[in-house]
Amino acid sequence: MSFDQFEREVATQDPSLEDWNGLPPIVAAEPDSWSSGLIAREIAKVPVPSTQPMPGTSLGSGSPATLAATDVSAWFGSRKVLQRCSLRMEARQVTALIGPSGCGKSTFLRILNRMHEVIRVAKVAGSVELDGVDIYGRELSVTQVRMRIGMVFQKPNPFPAMSIRENVLAGLKLSGTKSTDRDALVEECLTRAGLWTEVKDRLNEGGMSLSGGQQQRLCIARSLAVRPRVLLMDEPCSALDPISTRVVEETIQQIADDITIVIVTHNMQQAQRVSHQCAFFLVEEQGVPGRIVEAGATDHLFNQPSDERTLAYVTGRFG
Amino acid sequence: MTSADISSGEVLTDEASGAVPTMLRGPATARKGPRRRRRVHSVTSEVVADIQDSDDDDSPRSVGRTTSAVVVEYTLATLTAVNLVVALRMLLDWGGLLSFVVLFLVSFICFHYALVRQSSTKELAADRMTTTLIWVIGALVVASLMWIFGFVALKGVKQLRPGFLVRDMRTAGPNTPGGGVLHSMVGSFEQVGIAAAFAIPVSILTAVYLHELEGRMARAIRFIVEGLAGLPSIVAGLLIFSIWPRYAGIHAAEALAILMIPTVTRTSEEILRTVPDSLREAALALGAPQWRVVTRVVLPTAKSGLLTASILGIARAIGETAPVLLTAFDSKFMNKNPLKEPQSSLPTFAYGNIRTQSVLQNDRAWAAALLLLLFVLVLFTMARWIGARGAKRLGRN
Repeated sequence: MSFDQFEREVATQDPSLEDWNGLPPIVAAEPDSWSSGLIAREIAKVPVPSTQPMPGTSLGSGSPATLAATDVSAWFGSRKVLQRCSLRMEARQVTALIGPSGCGKSTFLRILNRMHEVIRVAKVAGSVELDGVDIYGRELSVTQVRMRIGMVFQKPNPFPAMSIRENVLAGLKLSGTKSTDRDALVEECLTRAGLWTEVKDRLNEGGMSLSGGQQQRLCIARSLAVRPRVLLMDEPCSALDPISTRVVEETIQQIADDITIVIVTHNMQQAQRVSHQCAFFLVEEQGVPGRIVEAGATDHLFNQPSDERTLAYVTGRFG
Repeated sequence: MTSADISSGEVLTDEASGAVPTMLRGPATARKGPRRRRRVHSVTSEVVADIQDSDDDDSPRSVGRTTSAVVVEYTLATLTAVNLVVALRMLLDWGGLLSFVVLFLVSFICFHYALVRQSSTKELAADRMTTTLIWVIGALVVASLMWIFGFVALKGVKQLRPGFLVRDMRTAGPNTPGGGVLHSMVGSFEQVGIAAAFAIPVSILTAVYLHELEGRMARAIRFIVEGLAGLPSIVAGLLIFSIWPRYAGIHAAEALAILMIPTVTRTSEEILRTVPDSLREAALALGAPQWRVVTRVVLPTAKSGLLTASILGIARAIGETAPVLLTAFDSKFMNKNPLKEPQSSLPTFAYGNIRTQSVLQNDRAWAAALLLLLFVLVLFTMARWIGARGAKRLGRN
């Protein structure tokens, strides 16, 4: 496929509008950037598993999937915030997105499950493929995409009108999915999120009665209940204390076997602790969109980065 | 040093001069002593530890209490003002309670300012004057509300007996005792009930359209709704009457619905605005289509607020007289059918009876007014209670 086919405009008036393929591209992607070659080189080191295209209608089992972003660019109105970012997020791997604030990490993450387009003026170009299926394509609706690619936000956001149990099951209710054994599902998800022992006797209390760290783990459990194949985490620990952070990190390591995880973090130690792969985003100068400067295995990126700016960032010389 | 620290520093100097700055601050919210003491000593960490060790014999210092000097100032100012006003009344033969009160308040504030200025700085005197002024204005508002309620209660309690609530006016006349407002209460409840059953769902759906969907027409609709909020109620009555020129409770309900929709819509939109966007995002990220985000997350979260909005809309409609008079008119008899024949309601009952010469009829009008006032009071209390409960549940964190 050529780039022209990848480019599309995702400026919608109505987020529920699901079919945008007919819309013409409004901004042509710029010619090749220097970083693309570098990324290609870094990615080449990671073994590429064979990917099977997923049937468009099935909800997908709990098996992890590879998420591949190709030449993703993003705009807010006329301001371009991401420039041709390509990254493969391998199955059974935790990928960390690092970089200073405002470099487009969160935007990139939100593009991966089509939450970017919730913002009215947001546009996107490029393609994102989940096991070879374009998530911006016709095969998957936006709600199907978001069910398969879950998201945990920076600030814990349990639904205040629901109990702990209802919060875990909220995804099923909200997506209209039938479930046979809800009690077992609640227990399983809360156990995987490392919260079960703390809340098993108070499942009918409100979700807001928990502490901040517990709320965030409840949000993780809520995301797991719809059995996503990929889980995106947008600085999930930035509002938490170190103890809660450790519990959440343990949770991440536990679920990483079953779910592909992409995590945005400002914490270098956290990136080193939890991730297998890393991508370093950077805005080189004011007013220029963010790019991926370097991507690759976490050990490599932190110990012998190819780019001196990566070295400067991971060693704390700036950012 | 923060601004709070600076201001508490001022407190110390003010106290030394025996005066107390109480700008908008009652004695209950007076600052406690120990905290400031610690601030003064917290130069080194050692000293702080020292203070904490002696916490046992730590007792709060009384700050911001009314001292004798303040009482003297207030008393002197009051006496002088009373003297001035009485003297002026005697000399100039001024009449009228209102002019007396206004003159007293103005002279009181002036004398008080002058007295405070004697012993302290200009800033403190101005501060005290503002405090007094705000207290006076607040007291005037509360007093006028109490006066209205007391007046209606006093006038209405004469006729407000149990029998008054269970009879209509079939047998009672201008000079025959007995009779009651049952038919009016039934009429009011039917009219307002039908209006609410129609207006509240429409209003909440409109609010959802305006804030959740933000459709193409949102701006135009918001403009129209805001315009409708200022619609004189008689115009709503005239409109309905010109379409259906006959009397029936249902037509009153239609007119009331027109008046309720803008109020409830605007309040509901404000309520929906208070639901955090993070909840909408969380729901969308779970794969919810937008209608489920609204029905399962946004509306349940805003439930108590929307209930409050609805109750306030009902409270506004229940007291409307003009549109009801034009559309349902009034009746002496019980008419349970809102679909035909004139129907009485509490406001029209009060209106019809106050316009007669009969003392008994007037008393009945006041009793109906008192009843109406009590209903509105109950509705507002419910609205406040439900609203407070909802705010607690949202857990402001």
